[in-house]
Amino acid sequence: MVEMNGAKALLTALEKDGVEVVFGLPGGANLPIYDALVDSRLRHILVRHEQSAAHMADGYARTKRKVGVCFATSGPGATNLITGIATAYADSSPVLAVTGQVALAMIGKDAFQETDIIGVANPCTKYAFQPRTPTEIPETVKKAIYISESGRPGPVLIDIPKDVQQASDDIPFPELVKVRGYNPVLDADLSQIGKTVELLMNSERPIIMAGGGVILSGAFSELQALAELLLIPVVTTFKGKGAFPENHPLAMGPIGMHGHAEANKIIVEADCILAVGARFSDRSVGRFDEFGKGMNIIHMDIDPAEIGKNKLVDVAVVGDVKASLKALVKMLSNEVIRREKDNPWLRRRKELIDYFSETIKDYTRDLTAKKALKKLREILPNDAITTTEVGQCQMWASLHFDVTSPGTFFSSTGLGTMGFGFPASIGAKAARPSVPVVDIAGDGSFNMTENSLAVSVLDNLPVIVFLMNNYMLGMVAQWQRTFYNRRYMGVHQNSCPDYSKIAEAYGAQGIKAQSMQELEKAIRIGLKSDVATVIDITIDPEEDVYPFVAPGTGLKDMITGA
Amino acid sequence: MTTSTEIESPDKAIPLYILSSLVENKPGVLFRITNLFRARNFNIESITVGSTEMPDLSRMTITTKSDERTVDQLVKQLRKLIDVVEVTVLDKNRTVYRELALIKMKAIEPAIRMEIINYASIFRANVLDIAKEDILVEIIGTPDKIDAFKNLVTHYGITQMARTGVSALPRGV
Repeated sequence: MVEMNGAKALLTALEKDGVEVVFGLPGGANLPIYDALVDSRLRHILVRHEQSAAHMADGYARTKRKVGVCFATSGPGATNLITGIATAYADSSPVLAVTGQVALAMIGKDAFQETDIIGVANPCTKYAFQPRTPTEIPETVKKAIYISESGRPGPVLIDIPKDVQQASDDIPFPELVKVRGYNPVLDADLSQIGKTVELLMNSERPIIMAGGGVILSGAFSELQALAELLLIPVVTTFKGKGAFPENHPLAMGPIGMHGHAEANKIIVEADCILAVGARFSDRSVGRFDEFGKGMNIIHMDIDPAEIGKNKLVDVAVVGDVKASLKALVKMLSNEVIRREKDNPWLRRRKELIDYFSETIKDYTRDLTAKKALKKLREILPNDAITTTEVGQCQMWASLHFDVTSPGTFFSSTGLGTMGFGFPASIGAKAARPSVPVVDIAGDGSFNMTENSLAVSVLDNLPVIVFLMNNYMLGMVAQWQRTFYNRRYMGVHQNSCPDYSKIAEAYGAQGIKAQSMQELEKAIRIGLKSDVATVIDITIDPEEDVYPFVAPGTGLKDMITGA
Repeated sequence: MTTSTEIESPDKAIPLYILSSLVENKPGVLFRITNLFRARNFNIESITVGSTEMPDLSRMTITTKSDERTVDQLVKQLRKLIDVVEVTVLDKNRTVYRELALIKMKAIEPAIRMEIINYASIFRANVLDIAKEDILVEIIGTPDKIDAFKNLVTHYGITQMARTGVSALPRGV
């Protein structure tokens, strides 16, 4: 027990749990926390908008696979965090948000900058705490981090009234905490794995569908071992992009609305799907009723509520997918595996890849999104981290940027939050300063959180913004072209602003790239730069993303070109 | 062509499930649970919350008319909530479940009053209050029994009704 105030107790508890960096913005109701930060070892990174603080904490968390922390004041500070918190919730990312709150006696009085943030955050957090005394704070922090990181990870919020931050007491720091209503299943379920072995061994055309759960649990080598042992082609969901090296001879890339054509095609032809840490989202599988029809589906997931939520399955293996895959590989090693490299199913895989690489043509222009992203991949080292914004840029990244080192690609895949990529890239850079970090961006999204350039410059977190600029809300424009007879509304950004000037205004560097030659030069300059580099790449506004599985249709209805 | 007598009310075709859960006895728990029902589109017939033999836990009894898959999801989603310590779907054949209803009816004519009192005694309901124009009956039983009584007296004119929702416990072994 040590005598200190609630604010100091908060920071001490965070430090004790290994937190090193917090992203935040002060205000009236968290001033005691900021006062305590003056004497703290924690690195505080000042943001220009709280939404970005949450995204940075998210990017940090995804990179480190441990909790990322953000601070905001009460009321608008707290509500500004919510988009970032909801983003982390949709993508199961361990973000811890700490908000200031008006003093206990003022709660419920509609005080200045008062918001019922516990109520607001409830549907998009794993849990939201409000400690009422300073002595509760360390225990609350420990519980919050435990809940956030364990099981299926997700954001947790701690809302601390100002007087609780200020009050001093003898504060206990518990070593262990227990949350009795929270018992995530971690171990492999061996009886279900036995059934999995049976289905896989008896199938002729098995496929692995790897989801975000593989990345969250770090089950990369286990997944690869399984695929190589049984010679099973691997598709991923978009969230699972990077769960399996995309240059591997068994890799097929992401399925889904803008999935790789060969991946969408092969999964329809399979007779057995092993879904690992995937949740059968509408964007990945199209129509729930059509997907996997007549096939055996095995579903491995840590969250029991995902079993049967969108898709009824034949075998459900609840548990940490890393443990499950490990047990599965072990059990399979007792089987005699007769599959050969030259089998009809793998020949079919090759055939599909060859067919679509010939039939899906890129635009003839010198500089297209596809060519730009292929060039980026060529130049970037394998271990570079990429994040993306949302829209066409995101789907182009999915299609044309191969992730070769597992767990180095982060996108807002569930909530689809424009403005995520740039602050997330700064968070990733803070987590792993030694590798290059690139935000694959579009102008619409970058415009939403571009003020994080100040953070990048002032906190010495140089990243590259790979801005594919068509001065359009391109994905919306594509839908208006496709489904609304080119009746454009609200999609033109009219060449405003000039993004390289924006970069310069913040002390970053802006480079315009209108040809492949200029682009290549710009990437190389960006990689060597000490400050953020915005590469403003001119993309034709009529450039569409294909393949496309229209909403409400199945993967078999994929359109491969206009 | 089907006649009206052949058409089964959709309500009757859908089975009633009774869920019993132990939840943390602290502020905000009921909000989290009801918010889950709203957010995930679960349709609830009744929900009751009250104290248990353990001071820090409340028992929540939830009834829903639904199908097995939806109930399975409901249970799993409830289990995900950190404040929910335990959830079970009760087997109706091995469960004691009761609801209490207070039903106030228009009853001025002495003959009607006698009829209602007779019905009440057949249903083992109690008359709790009689005023110049109204009679108030308390009835305890399964929701079906309460529905039956309610249907019987509807034509007298129910002026007010309050039902508690179901409370339930499994039978002893």
